[in-house]
Amino acid sequence: MRQDHLISATQLSRADIEAVLDRAAEIDADPGAWEGRRRGEILGLCFFEPSTRTRMSFDTAMKRLGGQTIDMGSVESSSVKKGETLADTMRVVEGYADALVLRHPLEGSAKMATEFVDVPLVNAGDGAGQHPTQTLLDLYTMRENAGLDDVTVGIMGDLKYGRTVHSLASALTNFDIRQHFVSPESLQLPRSVRYDLHESGAQVREHTELGEVLPDLDVLYVTRIQRERFPDENEYLKVAGEYQIDTDDLEAAKDSLTVMHPLPRVDEIAPEVDETTHAKYFEQAHNGVPVRMALLDMLLENAQTDTTGGDE
Amino acid sequence: MSDTDRELRVSKIRNGTVIDHLAAGQALNVLALLGIDGSGGEGVSIGMNVPSDKLAKKDIVKVEDRELSQSEVDVLSVIAPEATINIIREYDVVDKKRIDRPDAVAGVLSCPNRNCITNAEEPVATRFAVLSDGLRCDYCGEIVREDEVAEHLDVT
Repeated sequence: MRQDHLISATQLSRADIEAVLDRAAEIDADPGAWEGRRRGEILGLCFFEPSTRTRMSFDTAMKRLGGQTIDMGSVESSSVKKGETLADTMRVVEGYADALVLRHPLEGSAKMATEFVDVPLVNAGDGAGQHPTQTLLDLYTMRENAGLDDVTVGIMGDLKYGRTVHSLASALTNFDIRQHFVSPESLQLPRSVRYDLHESGAQVREHTELGEVLPDLDVLYVTRIQRERFPDENEYLKVAGEYQIDTDDLEAAKDSLTVMHPLPRVDEIAPEVDETTHAKYFEQAHNGVPVRMALLDMLLENAQTDTTGGDE
Repeated sequence: MSDTDRELRVSKIRNGTVIDHLAAGQALNVLALLGIDGSGGEGVSIGMNVPSDKLAKKDIVKVEDRELSQSEVDVLSVIAPEATINIIREYDVVDKKRIDRPDAVAGVLSCPNRNCITNAEEPVATRFAVLSDGLRCDYCGEIVREDEVAEHLDVT
């Protein structure tokens, strides 16, 4: 992979993705062998929004590579509270770290941040925009369980605001994958994602009911429908109930169906599904570590060999 | 030109730029896009809903003592792909500019996505890639269709 930063899944080719997944698999096979890889290097964690899995798995990933992390802490305790711009914050923090991870509530924030820093920067979620490292671990999980070619994938839930969906849908266009999108009409894919899918020539079908497509799926990727997306509670309850799955629903699915979820879940997947062979979402969350180790290692490697030192 | 002289509603200019064959209703948008509001002291004449063979009704804008650069002309293509631009010196047309669609436009439009970083208090100007039928924000990826562009002109 020859990238300075990772901002959007749209910047990743099939070769880029496979390079990260292959390295993650090597790490998974023998994690101890990678312990000293990034000794003496520091990763800066800049989270302007709450995060559990992403923040902790980046932290663990860097430490397992032998590096260290620094964390700006919550927005409440930082200079952002005093009105500092994101651009200034990133320019300052760049001086403290060899690479940066940024999560921010506004779309395009990570892209803008790359214009102010020279160290590798990873987008860990920008508003309803992109979440490309989640996508890499999703693809890793998918490859391990269902493969990435000649596969039928259903993506269900909040497709409009779900950044994991936006990144995943665009990355999947690099593979021979049929994509089915299942959501209430009000939460269908946004125009920008639709445009990219159309441009890539991907096979895309949209549904409002999971039953229409469930029997054909090799992978079902479930996302949370958030209460705050609906003006009224009753409307939310009515809609959300239609996009939940339990073991009864899964009787119509293939035995080999892989069920994934970026987590956290609320009630989209009944706890009883956890005990079935379909459930891969906890494995998926754990894959965040080897995949982020692989990505950080590659970006830091690129930064070291980049003799020009400038922006792309 | 002689037939238009008969119905000429906007006087000829000595030096400057004539932007003709604008779709009716676009004159003010064009001025906004070019940042022309009269505050620079230039003479500006506007014709709206002028009868036209080519467009049935058209708008026309004449700006005195200002010659548009090619990059300014290219930006116009975003809202007025059919426009013709003539540079005038001593009442004569000395240059006819062709409108080329640029690859990108910077700073003239605001992103319609309110949650885009370019709408926050950050030191960045907007930048849009030009698509075949619209624009796309370089930062958040939001797409603005051609018919929506005018409402997002960043006019101050």
